[in-house]
Amino acid sequence: MISLRDASLKFGRRALWEDLNLDIRPGEFFAVLGPNGSGKTSFLKVLLGLQELHSGTASLGGHPVERGSHLIGYIPQQKPFPPDTPMRARDLVGLGVDGHRWGIRLGKAKADRRIDELLDLVGAAEYAKVPVGQLSGGEQQRLRVAQALATDPKVLLCDEPLLSLDLHHQQAVSALINDQCHEQESAVVFVTHEINPIIDYVDRILYLAGGRFSVGTPHEVMTTEVLSELYDSHVDVIHANGRIVVVGLPDATTHHHDDARAAAGEGA
Amino acid sequence: MDLEGILQSVFNFENYGELLVLVQNSLWAGAVLGLLGGLVGTFVMKRDLAFAVHGISELSFAGAAFALLIGADVVFGSLIGSVAAALLLGFMGVRARDKNSIIGVIMPFGLGLGILFLSLYEGRAANKFGLLTGQIVSVDTVQLQALAGTAMVVMAGLISIWRPLSFASVDPELAEARGVPVRSLALAFMVLLGVSVALSIQIVGALLVLALLITPAAAALRVTSSPRLVVVLSVVFAMVATVGGILLALGGRIPISPYVTTLSFLIYVVCRVIGSVRAKRGLNGRVLRTA
Repeated sequence: MISLRDASLKFGRRALWEDLNLDIRPGEFFAVLGPNGSGKTSFLKVLLGLQELHSGTASLGGHPVERGSHLIGYIPQQKPFPPDTPMRARDLVGLGVDGHRWGIRLGKAKADRRIDELLDLVGAAEYAKVPVGQLSGGEQQRLRVAQALATDPKVLLCDEPLLSLDLHHQQAVSALINDQCHEQESAVVFVTHEINPIIDYVDRILYLAGGRFSVGTPHEVMTTEVLSELYDSHVDVIHANGRIVVVGLPDATTHHHDDARAAAGEGA
Repeated sequence: MDLEGILQSVFNFENYGELLVLVQNSLWAGAVLGLLGGLVGTFVMKRDLAFAVHGISELSFAGAAFALLIGADVVFGSLIGSVAAALLLGFMGVRARDKNSIIGVIMPFGLGLGILFLSLYEGRAANKFGLLTGQIVSVDTVQLQALAGTAMVVMAGLISIWRPLSFASVDPELAEARGVPVRSLALAFMVLLGVSVALSIQIVGALLVLALLITPAAAALRVTSSPRLVVVLSVVFAMVATVGGILLALGGRIPISPYVTTLSFLIYVVCRVIGSVRAKRGLNGRVLRTA
């Protein structure tokens, strides 16, 4: 469904990743992990057609990636809406259904049916008419899932969709994404810095760090040897009760902060 | 002038029926501008462009003053001024903070130019004053047709980009990922906004354009979050303000704009009160589950 060939991405002289060869199948839950500034979000932007590769090719469903592909559903990083945003929950989902089309909405009944379906699917029916700015982060993120699923996407791209959600909502949102993946056979690319909330769903991992990467199943990648080599310093990976804990990570958050901003493409 | 004298000049309804026939064109013009202002205003609010409207209107004023000075068509002059300002803002002010400082720079410059042209102008003083405060009483049929025609074109343009523009306005990141041409839409809207400002200036003047393009939509947003209802209310409010303002102004001998701005201000105040009462009662549309 998704394939990258000899793909490299550089900002200036700094390589985020080089010679990446990758195929993601329909129905595969593919997680992208790594510290801030390692190029996780840029990886998604490449698939969205918003970021050009430095070299190599990226294709989706057999065609080169392009902006606004109807094959893609996208869940952006959770950014709260301002409290006075003039939109209710159902209107936000409506944007996902037909917001990209020209003109005004003519088939209101049909669109409304679809919006109701999607709201039910993500369990958001009871706040369908609440202004989005008054919803909690978890509620807003459910709407984001509904929005992304509106076009029955073959590929679901998620950028840290669980960020700043409480445990209950983390589970609910990741279960929704998992359904789309393993029941509707969509390929899911899930960017995250925390693997545990989705550990039960993940098929394969792309771990990006320090200009290097490693691809494989969680058991292959999340090991002391692999991560120590990626980070170029000793880290311990501990598996306990089906959870994975990485101990001794270099302080990537502060160290790479400026790079992370550069990688996001702009300062603000 | 004593109080009664002031009241006489503000409200005077003698010979009202005869006057009404005379200002039929003005009423139509007011209705058209109300419709346009209400529609455009909803997007101005969504895109947080209230300050930009003000900046555009000052440059529009400069354009109109220049046209007056060289004896060209004033409407055409104000159209050139406002579209130029709108495009400039569209091209230069990509980020909000940038945009506001650019507007802050443009605004006094435009106003200064306008004052310069007006002081060089040696015609009737009423013409000068009209540019700043509006003058719709003397709309003839040809002018009305031109106004209505232009307004129709702007509205048709707005309707054709309605959905993607809404998407790009409230949720730009996702809109871009979905392939909506966010940047071109922003420019297109700025042009439509520029034309709308130029048209509105004729009725309320350069200083008071906000009363037509901002206040009605802002009032509507106080009482509802439903996008459809916002549009309907915004249009109704704007038309009540313009048409109502003209009807009230007939009696007195002062310009129309104070009536229009006062009406639209009152509507806003009422909506604001309704909105805060609702918020206090916690009415936001959530379905409460009974345990």
